[in-house]
Amino acid sequence: MPTAQFTLAVAQINPRLGDLEANLTLYAERTREARRLGADLVIFPELSLTGYFLKDMVSTVALRLDSAEVRQLAALSAKGGLVAGLVEETSDYRFYNSAVYFEDGEIVHVHRKAYLPTYGLFDEGRYLGRGDRIRCFDSRFGRCAMLICEDLWHPSTAYIAALDGALTVLCPSASPLRGITDQAEQDNNARYWELINSMYAQTFALFVVYANRVGFEDGVGFWGGSEIVEPAGARVCKGRYYEEDLIVGEVNLKSARRQRVISPLLRDENLDLTINELMRIRGRVDSTASGPAVVAPPVQSRLAPKPTRKA
Amino acid sequence: MAAVSGTAAVGGERLCGSDIPTNPPLLRRILTKFIANEVRKVGVERVVVGLSGGVDSAVSAMLAAEALGAANVLAVKMPYRTSSQESLQHADLVVARSGINSMQVEITPQIDAYFQRFPDADALRRGNKMARERMTILYDQSARWKGLVLGTSNKTELLLGYGTLYGDMASALNPLGDLYKTQVWALAEEVGVPGEVVHKQPSADLWVGQTDEAEMGFGYREVDRLLYLFVDQRYSRQELHAAGFAPSFVLRVVDMVRNSQFKRRLPVIAKVSNRTIDRDFRYARDWGR
Repeated sequence: MPTAQFTLAVAQINPRLGDLEANLTLYAERTREARRLGADLVIFPELSLTGYFLKDMVSTVALRLDSAEVRQLAALSAKGGLVAGLVEETSDYRFYNSAVYFEDGEIVHVHRKAYLPTYGLFDEGRYLGRGDRIRCFDSRFGRCAMLICEDLWHPSTAYIAALDGALTVLCPSASPLRGITDQAEQDNNARYWELINSMYAQTFALFVVYANRVGFEDGVGFWGGSEIVEPAGARVCKGRYYEEDLIVGEVNLKSARRQRVISPLLRDENLDLTINELMRIRGRVDSTASGPAVVAPPVQSRLAPKPTRKA
Repeated sequence: MAAVSGTAAVGGERLCGSDIPTNPPLLRRILTKFIANEVRKVGVERVVVGLSGGVDSAVSAMLAAEALGAANVLAVKMPYRTSSQESLQHADLVVARSGINSMQVEITPQIDAYFQRFPDADALRRGNKMARERMTILYDQSARWKGLVLGTSNKTELLLGYGTLYGDMASALNPLGDLYKTQVWALAEEVGVPGEVVHKQPSADLWVGQTDEAEMGFGYREVDRLLYLFVDQRYSRQELHAAGFAPSFVLRVVDMVRNSQFKRRLPVIAKVSNRTIDRDFRYARDWGR
């Protein structure tokens, strides 16, 4: 039987870029501290074992799931759950931005980031393989889904997680601070994240655990502000902006029950309707293009054919 | 402000988010974290900064004092014989206000020795030479002081190319490079830069009586608004015209940005191998840090 009530910690760390050894030590220290504070489950941010802007370092810091380093991480879960963010190398030498869930010294689930931002300051699609599944998994702490950072900016991922039975969405993130608004105490990206964390928690009546990192890499800062948001949308606890932190909060899954009694939106969700409409939309979409197909009007040039000119 | 009339965007079409945001307390928090983090990860505790008496170097120096402690900041004043006395006084005000270390290195002997051989050199060549002499002094003091060279170029001058390549544009880290001049002014008030320094006409002090705005022919506030819409908000030229900016002003500024792109890049490397630095040999500068 999963535990309905447990203590969850988010380690809001500042890892060293490309230094596995230093970051493994950081993981061990923070996990120890979190356990001392009573944490049953400890979440680390996206790629926090390696650093974020890895570029050509991806292949040198990547870890196979049977590596000694991953066994070290597994050992940190001997007394409770642990989520690590790392570059996963597969047996056929592909590299993924992965979140690994450990429990009782074993790997229980791996999520490979499905939406790799490759625009603006991001370049993930250049260096990493794209995950192709979103699956919930059962843990000692109830049914969970892991979605990594940009994944959660695509509403379909949270929708799938909720319909697959998640009571908790764990979201490791490496979110850069950017955009300033007059008078806000945090940057615009932070404000947007806080909005969607709260929105998903309420919309799907589940816990959202957002684990963001801090520190700077080549001038790009990460804003921290990790949080646990409960199913009514309120914050259970909140990390500091722009500074390292370790946040610890109580999760009681019965809050999800209460919220789903008050507002049984998930019960009423019409999966057939959604699937039918998505199939219809997919049928309209040119399979070679990424956007909806546009039916081109017949070409009616008003210009007479140009005479060929000889040089 | 020495703004040229007829270029200001007044009464034009305004879209949501068209004003440059300034949030001095937040910028202060982020930029002090940036300095502390990027300096210490290199394994040093200190910075050295050229203090001109202007608002940009004053803000950089005061942010560094807050981030690292005043004792870890060395300000170097590097006047030439024609530099204004007021600039030096203003630099001293900043040193006094912040409690940072300071030293003065006159550049007159080395500049005059060089231009004795090239007496026909115009003001631009002389100004650029001075900026580069100051850079070599800062990097030498950086080795002596065991501190990184802190940059002072703001986003406005970086975009317009209003700076000397390998001169004042050279630094190890720059807290102001993503702030328009307008934002630097607001931040200056926040971090306690003396009012005389904030409210004077900006000048590179390259020759007597020079002001940036007279030399460029437009005011910082209006060009900042144009640059913000063009760069940050991605307005097209047509949208900039509709927002009230004169087409000739838009053209001039867009040309300045394009023509100075080389100043914002590493030198062009001819590719002959399979793995060329910065093209397909790609690592963060903070590699392993």
